[in-house]
Amino acid sequence: MSRRGANGAIGLEPELAISLYRTMRLVRRFEETCVDLVKDNEIAAVVHESIGQEAVAAGVTAALGARDYLTSTHRGHGHILGRGADPTRVMAELMGRTTGTNRGRGGSMHVGAPDLGILGANGIVGAGTPIAVGATWAARTDGGDSVCAAFFGDGAINQGVVHEAMNLAVIWDVPVIFCCENNLYAVTTSLSDMTGVPIIERAGGVGMPVTSVDGMDPGAVHDAMVEATARGRRDGTPSFIEFRTYRYSGHHTAEAATGVDYRSDAEMESWRRRDPLVTWPERLAAGGILAAGGKEAIDAEVEALIAESVRFARNSPWPEPAEVLDLAYAGGAGDGFPATTWGGT
Amino acid sequence: MARLRYLEALRKALRDEMIRDDSVIVLGEDVEAGARGMTTGLRKEFGAERVKDTPISEAGFVGFATGAALVGKRPVVEFQINTMIFQSFDQVVNQAAKFHLMSGGEFRVPVTYVFAASGAAFGNAAQHSDHPYPYLLHAGVKTVMPATADDAYGLMLSAIRDDDPVALFSPALIQGRRAEVPDEPTAVPLGVGRVRRPGGDVTVVAAGPTIPIALRVADKMAAEGIELEVWDPRSLLPLDRDGIARSVTKTGRLAVIDDANRTCGFAAEVAAFAASELFGHLRAPVQRVTRADVPISFSLPLEAAALPTAETLEKAIRATLAGSAS
Ligand SMILES: Cc1ncc(C[n+]2csc(CCOP(=O)(O)OP(=O)(O)O)c2C)c(N)n1
Ligand SMILES: [Mg+2]
Repeated sequence: MSRRGANGAIGLEPELAISLYRTMRLVRRFEETCVDLVKDNEIAAVVHESIGQEAVAAGVTAALGARDYLTSTHRGHGHILGRGADPTRVMAELMGRTTGTNRGRGGSMHVGAPDLGILGANGIVGAGTPIAVGATWAARTDGGDSVCAAFFGDGAINQGVVHEAMNLAVIWDVPVIFCCENNLYAVTTSLSDMTGVPIIERAGGVGMPVTSVDGMDPGAVHDAMVEATARGRRDGTPSFIEFRTYRYSGHHTAEAATGVDYRSDAEMESWRRRDPLVTWPERLAAGGILAAGGKEAIDAEVEALIAESVRFARNSPWPEPAEVLDLAYAGGAGDGFPATTWGGT
Repeated sequence: MARLRYLEALRKALRDEMIRDDSVIVLGEDVEAGARGMTTGLRKEFGAERVKDTPISEAGFVGFATGAALVGKRPVVEFQINTMIFQSFDQVVNQAAKFHLMSGGEFRVPVTYVFAASGAAFGNAAQHSDHPYPYLLHAGVKTVMPATADDAYGLMLSAIRDDDPVALFSPALIQGRRAEVPDEPTAVPLGVGRVRRPGGDVTVVAAGPTIPIALRVADKMAAEGIELEVWDPRSLLPLDRDGIARSVTKTGRLAVIDDANRTCGFAAEVAAFAASELFGHLRAPVQRVTRADVPISFSLPLEAAALPTAETLEKAIRATLAGSAS
C-alpha cells in the first residue's frame, strides 16, 4: 500500500481512502438509526453506540484479509459492518428477527459470522481476547497465515483475562493484534482514575510491540494495522495498538435517562471538532481524492442501504416461541433434552 | 479386553481419539509431563502442536480452547484441580456454553473439560475439596461423571466427539479403580444411565464416587432381604429421566446419594423430578443424602462428617422403607 503516493497528506490509495469514508458513514448512520429504533421500542433493551469511534473500526477492518479473524465487543457495530457484514441482516439481528445474522438469538452484543471470520461480538468486557488467540493459533496450525484483530476498550485493560490472553499470544507466537479502543471512559469511570499507568505502559511488559495511534484518523489507524498484520503474518508476532478515540454518545442509549454527568462540555467539544466524519472527507476533498459531489453520492447510497435495512428487518418474521429450545446445543433439542417442561409440573 | 485403571482408561480414550482425529488437541497445566496421569506420554507421541502446557491462566486457556474449537479443533482441556473451574467460570458458562445459541447456530464449540481428581479426598481442605458439577448442570453444560473404567473410556470418547462443550469429572476416590475396558473403541452415549445392581425394593440413584458406597450398602442390606436397585445416571446432563422413571415405577421408593452440596444440587433435581413426575408411583417421600452445605474442613473427622456416607445412606433407605405415602 503506498503511504506516500501522489496524494500528499492522505497517502493511501484513493479507492481505499474513499472506502474508509464510506465505512465510517455507514456505521454512523446505522447507529444513529439504531438510536431512533431503540427510542421507538423497535430494538429492545439498549445499544452501545460507537459514534465518534468509527475511524478505528474502518481503519482496522480495512487492513484485514479474507482469511483473517476478529473478535468484537459490546460496542461492536462498527467492527461488524466494517468487516463486511450485510447491514440488512445485522439490522434484522438487532430487531430480533429470524433473518438476522444470528437468527435473532444474539442481538446487538453477539453478532458472529464464520464466513467473515467474526468470532462473536461479546457482552463481557475483555472476554473475547483469549478466544481470538485460540482461533488464530488453530487457523495457523494448518500452515495458514491468518491474523486477528481483537477489539476491547480502555476499561478492559483491567481485566485479568486480557493479560492472560496477551501472554498466551506471546509465548505461542500467535499474531493477534490487540486493538485497544481508548475512549477514555469505562461507563462513567475515567481511565486515569482507574488505571495506574498509561495503557501502553501496562501492555508494554507483556513482550509484544506496542504503539499508540490517533484513533480519529482512519489513515493512521490503517497504517498501524498494516504494519502489525504484516509482522504478524510473517513471524507470528502479536501486537498491541492503542487507538486514542472518543465516543460522542453516552455509554449506551439509556445513559441520558440516568442523568449521570462525568464529562465536561469543553472536553466533548474538543473531540467533536475532530469528528472523522467531517475531517476525513475534508482531507480527501483537499487532496483531490473526492471529487465534487463524491461525498454526497456516498451519503445517498448509504442512506438507501440503511432505509432498506430497516425495511427488511421490519418485514422479517419473529422466531416462533416453540423454537426456544432448538439452538441451545449443536445436536439440537430432542428426547427430552433440554428438559421440555418449565412452565408447570 | 484389558483390565485398566479408570485413569488409564481416560488416557486410552484420549489417545485413541487423537490417533483417529487430528483435530483433537490437549491443553492444561503440566500436561506435557503428565502430572495428572491422563496425558502421560502424549507429548512425545503427538508433538508440541497437539499437547500443550499452559501457563496458570485458567480463564485464558479455556477461552483459547473455545477459539480453537470455533475454527475446527477439538480441544481437551485438563483442569489440574477441579475447583479451578471458578477461575474460568465466565469462559465456560458465559462464553463456550452459550456460543452456539448466541450465534444462532453459526458456531459450535466441541471442547471437553476434564476435571482430574475431583471431589474431596482425605484432608485437602476447603479450597480443593468441592465437587462443583452442579454449577455446570445449572448453567446447562453437558456433564458426565463416570464411576468405572469402562464408562470412563466410553464417556470420554463421547465427550470428545460431542459438538458441544462437555465436562467430565474424574473423582479422586475412584480414579484408581480397575475394570474391563474393550480394546476397540465403544462410546457410551451421553444421557443413558445404567443399572449397577438390580433390585425391587428401593431405587438408589448414585453417581461417581457414591456408586461404591451404594453398592456396599446394597450388599449389606441384601443380607436382610432388602433389594436395592443401584442406578447410575453416568451423565448428569443430559439426564436419563426415563431410566429413573423405569426404576422408580418398579420399586416405588427413591433415595439419591450425591457427592455435592444439597441446596440446588443434583440430588435436588432428581428428587424434584420424581416428586412432580413420578408422584403416583412413590410409596414414601424421596430421601436425599448429600454433602452438608458447608465448606469442607481440613480435620478428617469434620471432613467425613460433611460427606455422604454408607451410614447416612443406609439410614435414609430405612427411612424410605418405614415411611409410607398411602
Ligand atoms: C467483565 C464485565 N464487567 C462489567 C461489565 C459491564 N460493562 C459493560 S461495558 C463496560 C465498560 C467497558 O469500558 P471499556 O472497556 O472502556 O469499553 P467502552 O464501553 O468504553 O467501549 C462495563 C463496565 C461487563 N459487561 N463485563
Ligand atoms: Mg472505554
